[in-house]
Amino acid sequence: MDNEKLSLPNYDIPEDMQDVVAITTLDRLYNWGRRSSVWPLMFGLACCAIEMIAAQTARYDMARFGMEVMRPTPRQADMMLVSGTVTKKMLPVIVRLYNQMPEPKYVVAMGACASGGGPFKEGYNVVAGIDKFLPVDIYIPGCPPTPQALIAGMIKLQEKIDKESIKKVRWYNKEKKDGNYVPMPILGPDLIDVRRNAEIRDISAKAAVLKESA
Amino acid sequence: MATAIEPQTVDLTARFPGKVTADSRPGYTGFLVNKENLVEVAAALHNEFGFDLLTSLTGVDYIAENKMEVVYNAYKTTGGAGLIFKVQVERVDPIEVPSLTHIWHGLEYQEREAWDLFGIKFTGHPDLRRILMWEGFEGYPLRKDWKEAFYEEEIKPYKSRWPEGKHILAEEKNVFHDNLNLPKGFDPEKYIVDKEEDLYASLERHTLKDEEGRMRTDHVVVNLGPHHPSTHGVLRVAVTLNGETVMGLKPVMGYLHRNHEKIGERNTYVQTIPYTDRLDYFNSMSNNFGYVTTVEKMMNIPVAERAEYIRVIMAELSRIQNHLIFVGMLINDLGSMYTPSLYAFEERELILDIFEAVSGSRMMCNYFRFGGVVRDVPDDMLQKIKDLVFDRLPAKVDEMERFLSENEILVGRLKGTHVLSAEDAINYSVTGPVLRASGVPYDLRRADPYSIYDRFDFDVAVRHNGDMMDNYLIRFDEIRQSLRILEQAVKQIPQGPINSQKPNYQVKVPAGEAYGRIEAPKGELGFYIVSNGKANPYRYHVRAPSFVNLTAVEKMCIGTKIQDFVALLAMLDIVMGELDR
Ligand code: SF4
Repeated sequence: MDNEKLSLPNYDIPEDMQDVVAITTLDRLYNWGRRSSVWPLMFGLACCAIEMIAAQTARYDMARFGMEVMRPTPRQADMMLVSGTVTKKMLPVIVRLYNQMPEPKYVVAMGACASGGGPFKEGYNVVAGIDKFLPVDIYIPGCPPTPQALIAGMIKLQEKIDKESIKKVRWYNKEKKDGNYVPMPILGPDLIDVRRNAEIRDISAKAAVLKESA
Repeated sequence: MATAIEPQTVDLTARFPGKVTADSRPGYTGFLVNKENLVEVAAALHNEFGFDLLTSLTGVDYIAENKMEVVYNAYKTTGGAGLIFKVQVERVDPIEVPSLTHIWHGLEYQEREAWDLFGIKFTGHPDLRRILMWEGFEGYPLRKDWKEAFYEEEIKPYKSRWPEGKHILAEEKNVFHDNLNLPKGFDPEKYIVDKEEDLYASLERHTLKDEEGRMRTDHVVVNLGPHHPSTHGVLRVAVTLNGETVMGLKPVMGYLHRNHEKIGERNTYVQTIPYTDRLDYFNSMSNNFGYVTTVEKMMNIPVAERAEYIRVIMAELSRIQNHLIFVGMLINDLGSMYTPSLYAFEERELILDIFEAVSGSRMMCNYFRFGGVVRDVPDDMLQKIKDLVFDRLPAKVDEMERFLSENEILVGRLKGTHVLSAEDAINYSVTGPVLRASGVPYDLRRADPYSIYDRFDFDVAVRHNGDMMDNYLIRFDEIRQSLRILEQAVKQIPQGPINSQKPNYQVKVPAGEAYGRIEAPKGELGFYIVSNGKANPYRYHVRAPSFVNLTAVEKMCIGTKIQDFVALLAMLDIVMGELDR
């Protein structure tokens, strides 16, 4: 146990008791517990996933930060690492996985593609950034980000967790029960974001401005 | 090398007068076959002329001539140059071309791809559905008159960005403010979503009864993926199971379809090099290699001598690294989680260090240029490569083999499972180590030498049982042969310039076509490029080994156990970036 992180500063604990006693706040204890075991969803999309795997291996060893336990099932995961290009065809699956993850949950966009479309943004089957659908906590730049960059991003996530307070976090907020639920997009003639249904209908009704579809 | 019949000596016009004409467009080769006679000519090519391996099929949309063309590349597994033949049809829907899957089964997915992206209907195809996009998607994206939602201009560099350098968010230009392209008057609430009934209908499914007709057991449909720890990315496979036995199986792909070809047709030639890195992202060096050799073939330029050696060194290092990861991942999927793959990754890191030192990036090297490579290999790096090649890697590969290959569980699971016979492998257009494990010594470095591979002394690794064990062992054989090539290459590498051309943002590629191919670690990586003399290719097609090798998976799996299928996927060594492109 890392007492320095857990204990509040400015309290003089006798040296012989430092291993047994810690004086801290509930928030700090709670955050310390969660930040030290962020379990990612085992889930690789594209090239970035290979660097994600490399970050797990001996040279970089993400396990040092309590993040090596990749869970293939969303039910046991705390963090979704979107590691690669998000395509329209894949998007409904990603959204479903996200909805299946229990709170608290975080989303990390790894690489240029997940952050904003990357080199393939202009592609007809590419979603320009996962943040169009999911709330992203951390963006990691790079194509692909090196394992070091990934680890730096993870440490940023830990810093973010450190700042949370039990009183304010959304998953204990009774009013916002389903606050993070994202409605499933549909694959039609193109990808349809159901949250924008009315808007889409209006625009496509105005035939004059709409580009002729092939 | 077997003496190959040069394509010119196969005179189809004499054999089929009136049915076949030589393709006389400037820069083009091969033959144009009448649509009505396509099946007859193809059968003759396969049976009489011995073109048993049809590697690549693709469409080309010649919109100005109002023609849709299908291009076939046929080869012989005995080696030698190939034969290109084409069929042209009027560009009026429905565009129909007879399917050739009954002659070369390996065309099954490639014909589906042409249907998906060009809307060319292959009559007689057993299962013609969309393959990369989803059923219900509007339009055929690779047609020249189909514009993507973020369309700006036909070719890059876009005027808005160069030379003025003003860049507006693509979202702002689209009426939906998103990457959306919906038909007029579309109402999302009334849209009926496709429930993939066609996919499930295409699977073998029976209801079984006992003799008295009482106990009814049904086959279960199971979907593996696209999020599944063993599918190596985002592949999805729909299977019907009888107990644990696979009765029917259909891969569903396109979950990583990043529109490589459409983007490649907008890019200038040089701009596409970094995109090829992202095809098979384990082997960006090999992908660069395939692309630049194809374009160099069209430009007809020499490659600097030193650069030739650097290219070979990088490509072979890449192959070693790929096969090491293959072994680690295969064993991972067999249930020995992590330990062997950690060892594999350790060696891979050392090779990536070299890539990073010469190119600046670990994975996406973007290292090759037309006429050479972009940066020189410094002497200390060359020394590092020598240390790896002469000392470390041979010992480590031996160590890995000693630890793993005689493991009882491994042998028990691999020996005798998923046998692919030589005939089937050829007929399904399987290439690469999987083909060679079936007993066909077909390696492009020997059968159709490119670059300077004819200068090196090495053997084509081949095994004869075609089962999973041979597929596993052949990877070690190939690593050893790559090390042999590397040993010679690092000794012989001369000093000198690293590029025969001046650095250039735009290259002149004369009008014409070319199909170039190399032996990538996963199989034959081919590029089919059509140029019309402009700054960007008119047609750019990638023949991805992972994609074509997957065609055989259905054949290999029916009747086997579902848990072995996971190992089979690892054994085919697919990578989604290249499979879906
Ligand atoms: S950001 Fe780059 S490396 Fe990562 S998935 Fe996208 S193209 Fe691949």
